[in-house]
Amino acid sequence: MSVNSIRDTFFEECEELLEALVEGLAQMEVASDDMEVVNAVFRSVHSIKGGAGAFALDRLVAFAHSFETVMDKVRDRALAVDEKLMGVFHRAGDHLADLVASARDETNLDDETESGLITELESYLDGDTAVEDFCFDAVTLDFGGPQIDLGVEDPVASTRVFHIRFAPTRALYENGHEPLLIFDALAELGSLSVEADLSRLPEFDAFDPADAVLSWQLTLTTSEPETTLHEVFEFVEGLCTLEITMEQSAALQAVELPEPTVSPDEATLAEPDETALSQIPTDLPVSATPSETQTGNRPDDSTGMPSLAPASKESRGPKPTLRVDLDRVDRLINTVGELIINQAMISQRIEELDLPTVAHLTNELEAYKLLARDIQEGVMAIRAQPVKPLFQRMSRIVREASDATGKKAKMVTVGDSTEVDKTVIERLADPLTHMVRNAVDHGLELPTERNEAGKDQTGTIRLSAAHRSGSVFIEISDDGAGLNRERILAKAMEKGLVPPDVDLSDPEIDNLLFLPGFSTAGQVSALSGRGVGMDVVKNAVHALGGRVSITSTPGKGTTFAIVLPLTLAVMDGFVISVADQTMVIPISSILETIRPNPRDIHMVGTDSEVVSVRGSYVPIVDVADSLGLGRRDDKNSNGILLLISTEMQGLTALRVTAIHDQRQVVIKSLESNYAAIPGVSAATILGDGKIALILDPEELIKLAQASGHDPFAQHSRMELRHG
Amino acid sequence: MTTKVLAIDDSRTIRNLLRVSLEGAGFEFHSACDGQEGVDIFPDVDPDVVITDINMPKLDGFGVIDTLRSGPNRTNVPILVLTTESSDDLKTRARTAGATGWIVKPFDDGSLVSVLRRLTGHVS
Repeated sequence: MSVNSIRDTFFEECEELLEALVEGLAQMEVASDDMEVVNAVFRSVHSIKGGAGAFALDRLVAFAHSFETVMDKVRDRALAVDEKLMGVFHRAGDHLADLVASARDETNLDDETESGLITELESYLDGDTAVEDFCFDAVTLDFGGPQIDLGVEDPVASTRVFHIRFAPTRALYENGHEPLLIFDALAELGSLSVEADLSRLPEFDAFDPADAVLSWQLTLTTSEPETTLHEVFEFVEGLCTLEITMEQSAALQAVELPEPTVSPDEATLAEPDETALSQIPTDLPVSATPSETQTGNRPDDSTGMPSLAPASKESRGPKPTLRVDLDRVDRLINTVGELIINQAMISQRIEELDLPTVAHLTNELEAYKLLARDIQEGVMAIRAQPVKPLFQRMSRIVREASDATGKKAKMVTVGDSTEVDKTVIERLADPLTHMVRNAVDHGLELPTERNEAGKDQTGTIRLSAAHRSGSVFIEISDDGAGLNRERILAKAMEKGLVPPDVDLSDPEIDNLLFLPGFSTAGQVSALSGRGVGMDVVKNAVHALGGRVSITSTPGKGTTFAIVLPLTLAVMDGFVISVADQTMVIPISSILETIRPNPRDIHMVGTDSEVVSVRGSYVPIVDVADSLGLGRRDDKNSNGILLLISTEMQGLTALRVTAIHDQRQVVIKSLESNYAAIPGVSAATILGDGKIALILDPEELIKLAQASGHDPFAQHSRMELRHG
Repeated sequence: MTTKVLAIDDSRTIRNLLRVSLEGAGFEFHSACDGQEGVDIFPDVDPDVVITDINMPKLDGFGVIDTLRSGPNRTNVPILVLTTESSDDLKTRARTAGATGWIVKPFDDGSLVSVLRRLTGHVS
């Protein structure tokens, strides 16, 4: 393990600690007097400080220290938590996260926020306990017995002679001390002579090996002050009889020293002895450093922390875990993908053999297929992570957004233990952030408006996650005023996104939000107006193979729903043929398959077709045509229509020649293996070893629009609706 | 014979750092991520020296020292406290509980190794 990888794990650990911190702070909101919770929060900050110190991340250490000191005061019940203090803690937690990120990415961070926060934190400390600059400059090894050398004897400094009587008790040995090590440490301070006092040695018969019967008379000639000698004995004090006396003649010499005690600098700067390996300041220099001054001013520290801490919440037994390199998991996933392809190939080969009786073989093959699927699901589960950390991060967004907009908001989460693929979680962070920010900024009303509407002044942003039928559902909802459809439509017209005389249904108007170039608020606020529109959100979700939809009720609020595949590695698809090519289309996007009756198909204009489905007209997109593979060769066949629902256009029917099979396919990136092709999201390898393209239905529809065979032209829709 | 060190610290980073420096120096390294785990595995590991943090979940460092220095399985092995704290009160408490020494984080590899060697009589 290299230093770099330890550094990496430190930042990983920081993420976990920050998560625990956010969770703890949320718990403190409801139970600020629960010391287990406060302790857990304290420990999170404390552990970040400890680790950061090891990597000399001084700024992080200093801030964590300020934070921790105030938290410690709460822990000691010397400071009551109120709403204002919780606000400071939340912001301090946020800033700590920023500091960790900036340390990790080696980026700069705004100093003002930090100094402001430190001032706020310090305002909770009495003058005498104010946080002083905390630094880890000195490597401090306070050591009772085996005190390490402070440096070679300085021949210039005046020497003193100390007589030490040292008589250990039995307890000294019981606490793991070894007189010999203490003598070693003394010997490094100067010249030492040791004389053992054997007078208490019993007769052999009465000898108890565990008893302490030896004592020693030591004579040390050193330039060190007496305090240094006491430091050597620091951890055995109380466990022995110790008398240290200085020879008078030498003591007189010592008076000539400008300072009667050694200063910290002298002690730490003394040239280290090679065998001592490094400078080891003792308690004296430490007590002169700010850190000691600070911690020394916390007399309640020891009482505030019971020696046998009650079992904390964490003690309810986290499951044992194993940390695995992500690369290894991805390699395994790849291999499992190959296994699934291999299984499909074997099935196909056996089918081709056309054996007379293959019942057994078919059963075994089926079992193989199920096993392969089990393995695949098991492996994918390794990559799955709960959405909780992602959701937790959103509480900060809600806080920041409400601060910036003067709105009051709280966040509730539902189903945050829902597990989603790691990559999906990572790539969902930005869209989710944007949507949550939007929900506060555009969704919620101002407190006064909410009052007037008879609502609680504080709006609620609800984040929920759930697994349903092989997909992950994530919803972001607010209990605000709902979408202002009039304004959205006016805006879209003004921007030329829709014709001025267009007649759109409510859902169609709502979906205008996803159009590129649509900006919502009448005034672009500093918050949401960051150049990211909902179209970017839609594209991000889309890139993950998901879809996003919107529902809104005036006066009640708006909900954005994201549906995502469970994994990015495999998917269930229909194997279809289009213009003599075999392709795959994701089952998740297909609502229904239709073998159309020719009389249900109507031409609109010269090029566009619609199909009548249970009384409403649905535009048809010919897949072959969209992909530029030529129009249908067989005009007599209407092929098969796959009904899909798109965000932009509502229901659309994709025409393909035939559906051959439904199977699990392994997704292989086309972009990394070949090149991006419009209308195609990826590729896969089929049982016959051939490569098949995986289609992207939404893109296909866009292609159709672009190619001019546009069944969506607004005039035709209107004609249809009115005609 | 290899000297066995049991490090008890809830910070993975600190455990990793200790592992690297101590294994590198030829010690046999064992670790526990909280005080309770530390005292639980103590008999099996049977270390020559224990390094413990103070602020830990489940059982803090004082609890570890208390447990190891009292009760039926009391031990004489040296127990070093490794912590960011350096207040006299805490030190006194640790000493009273039966700690053998006190090291302030961040620790220096060389010093730590040298201290451990002295404590365990293990000379490289």
